[in-house]
Amino acid sequence: MTRLRTLWRHYRRNVTAVIGLSILGLVVVMAISAPLVFPADPWEIVSRPFTWPFQSWAYPLGTDALGRNVAAGIFHGARVSLLIGIVATIAALFVGVIVGAFAGFYGGLIDDVLMRFTEIFQTIPSFIFIFVVVAIFAPSVEIIVLAIAIVSWPPITRLVRGEFIALRGRDFIQGCIAIGMSDMRIIFVQALPNAMAPVIVTASVMVALAILAESGLAFLGLGDPNVMSWGTMIGAGRQVLRQAWYLTAIPGIAILLTVLSLNLIGDGLNDALNPRLRGRQ
Amino acid sequence: MSGHLLEVRDLRTVFRSDAGVAKAVDGVSWHVDRGETLALVGESGCGKSVTGLSLLRIVPRPHGEIVSGEVRLDGRDLLQLSERDMRAARGNDIAMIFQEPMTSLNPVFTIGDQIGEAIVTHRQTRPVEARKRVVALLDQVGIPDARRRIDDYPHHLSGGMRQRAMIAMAIACDPQVLIADEPTTALDVTIQAQILKLLRSLQDELHMGMVLITHDLGVVAESAHRVAVMYAGRIVETGGVRQVLRDPQHPYTQGLLQATPHAPKVGGARDRKLAEIRGLVPSLYDMPPGCAFAPRCPKAQATCQAVPPPLSETTEGRNVACYFPG
Repeated sequence: MTRLRTLWRHYRRNVTAVIGLSILGLVVVMAISAPLVFPADPWEIVSRPFTWPFQSWAYPLGTDALGRNVAAGIFHGARVSLLIGIVATIAALFVGVIVGAFAGFYGGLIDDVLMRFTEIFQTIPSFIFIFVVVAIFAPSVEIIVLAIAIVSWPPITRLVRGEFIALRGRDFIQGCIAIGMSDMRIIFVQALPNAMAPVIVTASVMVALAILAESGLAFLGLGDPNVMSWGTMIGAGRQVLRQAWYLTAIPGIAILLTVLSLNLIGDGLNDALNPRLRGRQ
Repeated sequence: MSGHLLEVRDLRTVFRSDAGVAKAVDGVSWHVDRGETLALVGESGCGKSVTGLSLLRIVPRPHGEIVSGEVRLDGRDLLQLSERDMRAARGNDIAMIFQEPMTSLNPVFTIGDQIGEAIVTHRQTRPVEARKRVVALLDQVGIPDARRRIDDYPHHLSGGMRQRAMIAMAIACDPQVLIADEPTTALDVTIQAQILKLLRSLQDELHMGMVLITHDLGVVAESAHRVAVMYAGRIVETGGVRQVLRDPQHPYTQGLLQATPHAPKVGGARDRKLAEIRGLVPSLYDMPPGCAFAPRCPKAQATCQAVPPPLSETTEGRNVACYFPG
C-alpha cells in the first residue's frame, strides 16, 4: 500500500500524466455507464439520418447515415475498444513475461531457443498478420484479441529478458540461490517484481496500440460485425465523408484522445517508476 | 582422516570462453572443523571467491563448471548430490554471505519478508512463527528495535545494518558451515570491526565452521584460526594464523605481508616503505608450466619454471608449495 501511495505522490507531480489519467478515467466511465445511459442497442435506428451534432438534445452527437445515435455508438464503442485493448495486452503480457523471464534467467540454450522462436513472430509484419488471421477465421472479438496478442508479445519478451539478464547477475538473486530457493520462486516472486516497472509502462502503450489495431481492422471492414466499435463507426462514416465529416471525426477524436491518454500515462508511469528520474524537475 | 566438518579435496573449477579454458580453481584442498575459522586469502582473481561459489555449486553457468574434486560436508560429498538435494542443503547446511550488502538484498521486499523467506524455504513454519523467529534473528545479529526494523525496506538501512540482515538470513536455518565472501570489504573500518566481532560470537553460539574469504590480512589476523593463501587458483601455503603471518614460508605470502600497510603508531615515524610484488598475476588462460608464482618470484630457479611444486607439509599443520621455502 505504501508503495502505491509513493508511486501516486511521484505521478501526481506530472501534470500531463494526470490529464492523461483523467481522460482515460472519462473513457472508462463511458464504457461502464454505456448500458445505463444508452440502454437501447447502438445499432438501432432511432431518428432521421444525418442529424448534425448539437442540433437535437436527444442526439447530442447527431445520427449517422442510417439514423443511428452517434453518442450511443461512442459510449458502447468505448466498451469494445477498451475490452480489446486490455484483454489483448493481458494475454500478450502473460506469454511475453513468462517466455522472457525463462530466457533471461536461464540464458544459454534455453535463451537461444526461446529467442529464436520469438524472432519468428517479430519478423512478421504485425498488421498484415492480424489482417490475415482475422480474414481466415471469423472476424469476432475473440479472434481479433488473439491476433493482436500474438503480434504484441515479442516486444514484452525482449524487454523482460533484458531485465532478467541484468537481474540474474545481481547479488540478491545469487543470495536467493545460496539459501536454497527454488528457481520458480526466484523467478516469479523475487525477480519479477523488480522487472515490472518498464513492463507496466510498455503495457500502457500496448493497450493504445491494440485499440489502434482494432480500429484499423474495423475501418477496413474486418471488425466484429456484431459489436459497435469506434473503428466500425469510422468505417461506416468513410463512405459519406463529404456529406457528413463528423461521422468520421467524432469516433476519430475518441480514438485519438484514448490513445493519447494511454501514452501520457505511460510517460507518467515511466517517470514515477524510475527512481533515477525522480530527482529532476 | 575424515573427521572434519567440511573437507575440500582437489577441487577444480574452470571457466570456458572463446579465449580458452581458465582454471579458476586448480586442485584446491583444505578442511575446516566445527567452531573453526579458515581464511582463504589472496588477491583479486586468485580463485578464492570461485572456491566459495563452488562449495554451494552456484558457479555462474553456463561458462563456469566444477570439473572434479570432492566437497565433503559431514562425510557427504556435496558435488555428488542431485540438484534437488543440493538445493535442500543450501542455506540449511551450508550458507553464504556476500560482499555487497547494498545489493545483496531484494529492494522490493522488507528485510523481514526476506529473512522469513529463508526460513520457509527449508522449514514448514506458520507465518506467525516465522515472524517471531525473524525478530529473534534480528536481535541476535544486533539490529536494535528488531520489532520495528522487521518491516523496513533495505534502502532504509545503513550498510552495516544491511550486512547484519544478510547474516541473519544466512544463519536463519542454523547452517553447519558459513561461507563469508569478503563480508566487510564494502564497509568502513569501525563497522568492519563490529561485523567481524558479530561473526565470531555467532560462530561460538552456533558452533559453526566458517570459511572467511578475504584479501585483507588485518581481517585474517583478527578472525581466523587457520589460513590458506591462494595464488592463481592454487593454494601456496596453509597453516595456523600466527605461524603464517609471523613466519611466512612461501615467497608470495612474504610479498603479500610486505605489501600490507600497518597503522603507524601515534607520534611514531613510519618505519618502512611498502614493498610491491613486481609483475602481474599470470593470465588464467595461459598459466606457466611450473610454479605460477615463478615469473614474479625473487628466488625462482630452473626447477620452478618446469614443474609446479606440490603442497607439502613442512612442520606440523603447515603446508607450503615451494621448492625453496623460508
